[in-house]
Amino acid sequence: MAAHLSYGRVNLNVLREAVRRELREFLDKCAGSKAIVWDEYLTGPFGLIAQYSLLKEHEVEKMFTLKGNRLPAADVKNIIFFVRPRLELMDIIAENVLSEDRRGPTRDFHILFVPRRSLLCEQRLKDLGVLGSFIHREEYSLDLIPFDGDLLSMESEGAFKECYLEGDQTSLYHAAKGLMTLQALYGTIPQIFGKGECARVRTGCFVVQVANMMIRMKREFTGSQNSIFPVFDNLLLLDRNVDLLTPLATQLTYEGLIDEIYGIQNSYVKLPPEKFAPKKQGDGGKDLPTEAKKLQLNSAEELYAEIRDKNFNAVGSVLSKKAKIISAAFEERHNAKTVGEIKQFVSQLPHMQAARGSLANHTSIAELIKDVTTSEDFFDKLTVEQEFMSGIDTDKVNNYIEDCIAQKHSLIKVLRLVCLQSVCNSGLKQKVLDYYKREILQTYGYEHILTLHNLEKAGLLKPQTGGRNNYPTIRKTLRLWMDDVNEQNPTDISYVYSGYAPLSVRLAQLLSRPGWRSIEEVLRILPGPHFEERQPLPTGLQKKRQPGENRVTLIFFLGGVTFAEIAALRFLSQLEDGGTEYVIATTKLMNGTSWIEALMEKPF
Amino acid sequence: MDCYTANWNPLGDSAFYRKYELYSMDWDLKEELRDCLVAAAPYGGPIALLRNPWRKEKAASVRPVLDIYSASGMPLASLLEVLQNRVLDARIFHTEFGSGVAILTGAHRFTLSANVGDLKLRRMPEVPGLQSAPSCWTVLCQDRVAHILLAVGPDLYLLDHAACSAVTPPGLAPGVSSFLQMAVSFTYRHLALFTDTGYIWMGTASLKEKLCEFNCNIRAPPKQMVWCSRPRSKERAVVVAWERRLMVVGDAPESIQYKQLTIQVLLDRLVLRRLYPLAIQICEYLRLPEVQGVSRILAHWACYKVQQKDVSDEDVARAINQKLGDTPGVSYSDIAARAYGCGRTELAIKLLEYEPRSGEQVPLLLKMKRSKLALSKAIESGDTDLVFTVLLHLKNELNRGDFFMTLRNQPMALSLYRQFCKHQELETLKDLYNQDDNHQELGSFHIRASYAAEERIEGRVAALQTAADAFYKAKNEFAAKATEDQMRLLRLQRRLEDELGGQFLDLSLHDTVTTLILGGHNKRAEQLARDFRIPDKRLWWLKLTALADLEDWEELEKFSKSKKSPIGYLPFVEICMKQHNKYEAKKYASRVGPEQKVKALLLVGDVAQAADVAIEHRNEAELSLVLSHCTGATDGATADKIQRARAQAQKK
Repeated sequence: MAAHLSYGRVNLNVLREAVRRELREFLDKCAGSKAIVWDEYLTGPFGLIAQYSLLKEHEVEKMFTLKGNRLPAADVKNIIFFVRPRLELMDIIAENVLSEDRRGPTRDFHILFVPRRSLLCEQRLKDLGVLGSFIHREEYSLDLIPFDGDLLSMESEGAFKECYLEGDQTSLYHAAKGLMTLQALYGTIPQIFGKGECARVRTGCFVVQVANMMIRMKREFTGSQNSIFPVFDNLLLLDRNVDLLTPLATQLTYEGLIDEIYGIQNSYVKLPPEKFAPKKQGDGGKDLPTEAKKLQLNSAEELYAEIRDKNFNAVGSVLSKKAKIISAAFEERHNAKTVGEIKQFVSQLPHMQAARGSLANHTSIAELIKDVTTSEDFFDKLTVEQEFMSGIDTDKVNNYIEDCIAQKHSLIKVLRLVCLQSVCNSGLKQKVLDYYKREILQTYGYEHILTLHNLEKAGLLKPQTGGRNNYPTIRKTLRLWMDDVNEQNPTDISYVYSGYAPLSVRLAQLLSRPGWRSIEEVLRILPGPHFEERQPLPTGLQKKRQPGENRVTLIFFLGGVTFAEIAALRFLSQLEDGGTEYVIATTKLMNGTSWIEALMEKPF
Repeated sequence: MDCYTANWNPLGDSAFYRKYELYSMDWDLKEELRDCLVAAAPYGGPIALLRNPWRKEKAASVRPVLDIYSASGMPLASLLEVLQNRVLDARIFHTEFGSGVAILTGAHRFTLSANVGDLKLRRMPEVPGLQSAPSCWTVLCQDRVAHILLAVGPDLYLLDHAACSAVTPPGLAPGVSSFLQMAVSFTYRHLALFTDTGYIWMGTASLKEKLCEFNCNIRAPPKQMVWCSRPRSKERAVVVAWERRLMVVGDAPESIQYKQLTIQVLLDRLVLRRLYPLAIQICEYLRLPEVQGVSRILAHWACYKVQQKDVSDEDVARAINQKLGDTPGVSYSDIAARAYGCGRTELAIKLLEYEPRSGEQVPLLLKMKRSKLALSKAIESGDTDLVFTVLLHLKNELNRGDFFMTLRNQPMALSLYRQFCKHQELETLKDLYNQDDNHQELGSFHIRASYAAEERIEGRVAALQTAADAFYKAKNEFAAKATEDQMRLLRLQRRLEDELGGQFLDLSLHDTVTTLILGGHNKRAEQLARDFRIPDKRLWWLKLTALADLEDWEELEKFSKSKKSPIGYLPFVEICMKQHNKYEAKKYASRVGPEQKVKALLLVGDVAQAADVAIEHRNEAELSLVLSHCTGATDGATADKIQRARAQAQKK
């Protein structure tokens, strides 16, 4: 059991247990001792499903990383490759198997494709003459991985790039499959809403495609009629392309900032160790740890659950309040006089010590973040971002961006800002765009022309067409910029960016109340069609909502979601009269930096 | 009748049986039953009869005939026997996939087919050192895979498709020199072994657990050994039979699943006799779920229907669809495959139209050589792997021109194929772009080539020239010009390397100029900046940074005075402070414009003067900024001064 997965309205432990069961069943099929050869990319996501102990219970004795040439020696009966279905990985596997065959005593080879078996890959193995060496070739449909009680991610890094740049919709197919798995466990979702782009690909818009695939797959699976009472009331499919703006802005929630500055990978963050050195007297500062401090961040940690979604400016006061409570609790020991009282105190000790450790960690993290957020450059950057988002001076070359380029600040930072400006101006004037591009090529190198092309293809960077800037209309109608924002006790989602209300979340909010009909005009301006689809339910499964009972909406971000957006949705879930609670699913947990990075291309 | 129980005979303590004829057999046998080899299916199933299999004198050309009768002796089918040479021994086994057969050949090798229906014999690996037939052997089925367990002398071997491994049953008594008999339970979950020491081992078929053992002290090989258990009792046991002795061994406490004649088997038998309406009535009466019941029978009916050669394709397809509709669990592709098997390709295609699962449609369409139809079906499904599979198939089937034309009409397939080429066949990628006149992508393609494929400078420049030409064709003036600039820069960098030494190639323009300044080649740096029209502001930043890096303070000062700085003088202050040179920093602080003056003065630590300027500006933000810097012991007076100024400002 993973406690943090079962606190929400929807118990995601059910999903986790289902995928764990599937894993165990596969491992047991390969009787005897085993070695697993890992596609390195998979180890992170797998860590959220099964620890090494589970593998060990099923006779996994060795683990290797998939590499060319020979496998390291291992005295096991089975060798199992856990891989994504990619051709280049098949070549490596074939190399491994062939050199193993030459080595002597034969082993049993197996392949587990994650998340899907691929005919293309099997054909490749066949061409390389090793297909017959595998006894079990199976798929492990690990599409949606539970990250937290209300959060699922496919952790598919390339999803956005593949869809928008390369016209490869594999990840959409996996998304649809993942939704089918969810429906198999949590019941058919009666109503589907969607908004997404109708683009280059003639077959139609991506979001509609996911919905279509789901409906198609449903027809395929009609054999096993779903008799589970539906847990979700709605599904909202949102294409990242509808809201290119939000990820480009710097997230200002606690979790968002940790991610912006240090990068959270599969719910883990690596931090500079200095701040975490054990403070002991007489240590004299020797033996400072050199290895990065690795921490897991999820709602299993009480304190983190409380502060993760707050605006960073509201975190300090919570931490100091907690510090007082904890030290008061430790002081209690002086009041404990009778044996009973002492016993009671001692029984609470482990919990108190954990709380103290957690507080110390987050105080250190907050200090690290504060060093960044109080720097002049951070302030300048934020000012420019907020100017753009509130519609100030978006149509001319920006001084700060110019200076950043001249001082060779990180290219990603520059690109994020230029793209933000472009999105907030519905494209840049040709002259401005060309100026930025030329500056970037001259300063960072001509090879980045490929990256610029990619950004243009994705629509993040573009010349304004028709000389019309739609952004102000969108901003005003959707109230994307709020001047009076309360960071301490927020009343609106705009607190997550200290003024800017994420467009994507605003769309979800307006869908729930009063409905999209009120914003038809803006929906037409935003890329892609919007639609509504019903999945009929047998009468026995139709839900009668109790008065005051909230709806549960599954919101699926195709192309990625940021922690700040998640925080905004959680804020809406917790509103007393909100009426809707959200469970969030995505192809990837991302931020502006990782997003731009994935779109960059280095030819050497 | 005076006594109903008169013809009942006792069997054991609590059971009785009687014998009487229910019906007479319909068959008209010419041979005596004892001259035939007979096999009866369990639960009143069909009976197979092979006549005179032992008669040697028959001419070799006359192959024996196998007749199959229903339980009441109605002839069902008549087949020619399948001949397999040099069979020493064979075992039939039953799994969820059907009946399989395992064969021990004359060469002491095992071959196995999981389903006699398609008689695909798979050769199992060799058993090391097996020179004669094993003393006993059997088929084990675990996890849907059939293994062979065989005994050679004191050793047991487990044989699967990949390997032969020696196994030891846990807790086996010592002293065994040979296994005489083995038996597997009906469910394949239990195994019994009889050894030459008269010892019986009973355990799980996985050989992981022993259930019990027994020494019967009879060393003669038993004629038969089988697993049995009593209905509804949890006991299970092994019955061992010798010529004149029967023994029941067992005390295991776990329950054995009973396989009775299930309703499924009954339905199968009705279907085989084409009694479809009756079968459907039974399903409806029993309210069986559609998938297991009605749909399955309808599917069987449809498979029969497609064999009616006198009915037209249209009519058959329509009739089938009318009856089956969208009934869950019906596989139209299975029916289509049957139609194709009967040589009715057109009918198969019509039937496939009703198949909702593209994964099922596509392979059959490919098999029927309808690849283009397969492609559009694959695309519809959204399953990119399926699309790839069809594409690679098409690529081999069509000539290049036709293949490209097909792709052109299928944008989704085209993008996927481009991705494939990007990693696997770069040249083809270029051809694809050429075909589509996609000059923008061609340009990018040649840029990549100039970095990845070319090493010599001439080659790289040539690739860039091709790229620039493509960009012009794409009307992307900016990219074309930028590419030409890069060609110019590359040539120039090469010359710089020749003349000055050092590393210049692949530096950005900005870094090239910086490197020149750091190397003291200021003239050349100036020239380069002019040639490539580096904006003044950025050039100032560049020089400032480079000269500060060199700590060439004299040159920096000269530079600062060369003309009015387009970036102001605060950056000068900042960069000097960064290099910890307060002395130099102060020189520039005085030149900083009024807007940034306070910031500059604070940077060089002149809090008092900063306060004066802020007060002069009457700027509240500046005042509080200075106040926040009043931390030193000597700043008290300054702080007071600011507070006074503030108070005064408020009065007004």
